[in-house]
Amino acid sequence: MQFKTNRLSSVIEWGSLLLSTAIVCFFIAVIIWEIFSKGFSVLSWEFTTMVPKEGMTSGGILTPIIGTVLLTLITSAFAVPFGICCAIYLNEYAENTWVTRTIRAAIRNLSGVPSIIYGLFGLALFVQALNFGTSLLAAGLTLGLLSLPYIITTTEEALKRIPNSTREAALAVGATKFETIKDVVIPSAMSGILTGIVLTLSRAAGETAPILFTGAAFYINGSSGYVNQEFMALPYHLYMLSTQHQSIDQVRPIAYGTALVLVIVVFLLNLTAFYIRYKYRKDEN
Amino acid sequence: MNYKSRITLDIVFKVVFKATGYLVLALLGGIFAMLIYNSISFFLDVKPFDFFTGMEWAPTAKNPKYGMLPLILSTTLVTFGAMLIAIPLGIGTASYIAIYAKPRVKNILKPTIEMLAAIPSVVIGFLGIVVLSPGIADLADLPNGLNALNGAILLAVMALPTIITVAEDAIHAVPNAYKEASYGVGANRWQTLRKVIIPAAAPGVITAIMLGVGRAIGETMTVLMVTGNAALMPTGMFDSVKTMTATIAIEMGEVPYQTTHYYALYAIATVLFFMTLFANIVGEFFINRFRKYHAV
Repeated sequence: MQFKTNRLSSVIEWGSLLLSTAIVCFFIAVIIWEIFSKGFSVLSWEFTTMVPKEGMTSGGILTPIIGTVLLTLITSAFAVPFGICCAIYLNEYAENTWVTRTIRAAIRNLSGVPSIIYGLFGLALFVQALNFGTSLLAAGLTLGLLSLPYIITTTEEALKRIPNSTREAALAVGATKFETIKDVVIPSAMSGILTGIVLTLSRAAGETAPILFTGAAFYINGSSGYVNQEFMALPYHLYMLSTQHQSIDQVRPIAYGTALVLVIVVFLLNLTAFYIRYKYRKDEN
Repeated sequence: MNYKSRITLDIVFKVVFKATGYLVLALLGGIFAMLIYNSISFFLDVKPFDFFTGMEWAPTAKNPKYGMLPLILSTTLVTFGAMLIAIPLGIGTASYIAIYAKPRVKNILKPTIEMLAAIPSVVIGFLGIVVLSPGIADLADLPNGLNALNGAILLAVMALPTIITVAEDAIHAVPNAYKEASYGVGANRWQTLRKVIIPAAAPGVITAIMLGVGRAIGETMTVLMVTGNAALMPTGMFDSVKTMTATIAIEMGEVPYQTTHYYALYAIATVLFFMTLFANIVGEFFINRFRKYHAV
């Protein structure tokens, strides 16, 4: 074989890597451009502060915004304490027994379970067995279950980064194990925990499949906000406007506006997480 | 606080923490029990053989048919199509980021790809309807572009961030000594990538692919919105298909409680559960092998 490498073939070879990266970037650019360019003209103060009117063909999207905010609050009220406690157990208390390994395997598997199956479980457990009915509460708890494995995993990773010497120092001055965790370990791991929570909630806010049968409604008259009633949510609203509405072409601008608001909410949550990470890192240095 | 109450608090919280750990087990057990219980109720009415090999899914017909083969094939077709697009693009991009990109480019690319992962599936599905569907209809001269190809492209877009991130980590974790040894014997950068780095990172790359497969199989909203939802045996990428997830999402809202049809949807969910479980277990197997050899 000749020693000199073929210029052309190396250009093609590296070009293929560059090309695949370019295609991926092109996908992202199309998504962002389409949503922002067509959604931006719809976006206005009225759009976000008015309830849907005339069969959702005019007016704003206040009701779905309120629904999504309340839903996310219920989700976090359930999943955050539960997830953090479980992560504390796994990282601070649990010994490496078969039970612990089973719990870890269960968490890994739960994070791979399709969201529609969480929807079915929410329907069977909260809506039917516990008799909450199709409601904000049932849907929020279902999303809470879905979020749980992510919160546990990210919290545990944050706890792992705290060196053992920190814990030993607290124990040595007479703190109990619980006090060590509450006053020393959790505060030092706070940035990692918060980042995980915000990212998980941004996922939960955009989920649609789990709320399909657990409480999301096509239309609610006026503003809703009762935990025992059905609600409107941004992702479900977008799904309805783009596939189920009787005059799809007429509501298309509203659908673009809804998609833009949803994307902005998710991006803002992601930026918040990014900021938390950045700020705490800077403080540590 | 006095000493005694501090100790009590310590013990109480130890129990609380432990209980939450066990509740996670109960959650997975609960999901599993729900799926199995309802599936058994279904199989009391319909023979498992008819369910798995039936060519027709018509639960609302006068003479209902519960054959899930068209649904499994639809899911397989869409997932396979998605992987055909996402695997080369994902590995190409991951290699580019891990080896070729300058730190400045890397610092832009990685958050951008993470941003793609953050976009809700319903938004991707919406774009499939308004952008991709007219495009496919024009190119292939069809009345509409709501078919398996549309779903496959969108699922590829959704699986890409997972594949790129995990594969990039694996490629990045290959020890530098491998690279240096390869350069040392005169290989160029491309040869080193193809013959040394990718094979060394292969278990991690396979994990990336399996996680992408698991995500594609379980994805509901995008396929529900763009694949047309006709429960027929698929014959090609331009056919309208109805995946397992879409079937559950559409029919669960309309079906009366505790009928054979209702149980049938849980039986589909059980099959779906095991398919994604299998993909994740295979992925986990390979990442463990990767960790063993490279001690990441």
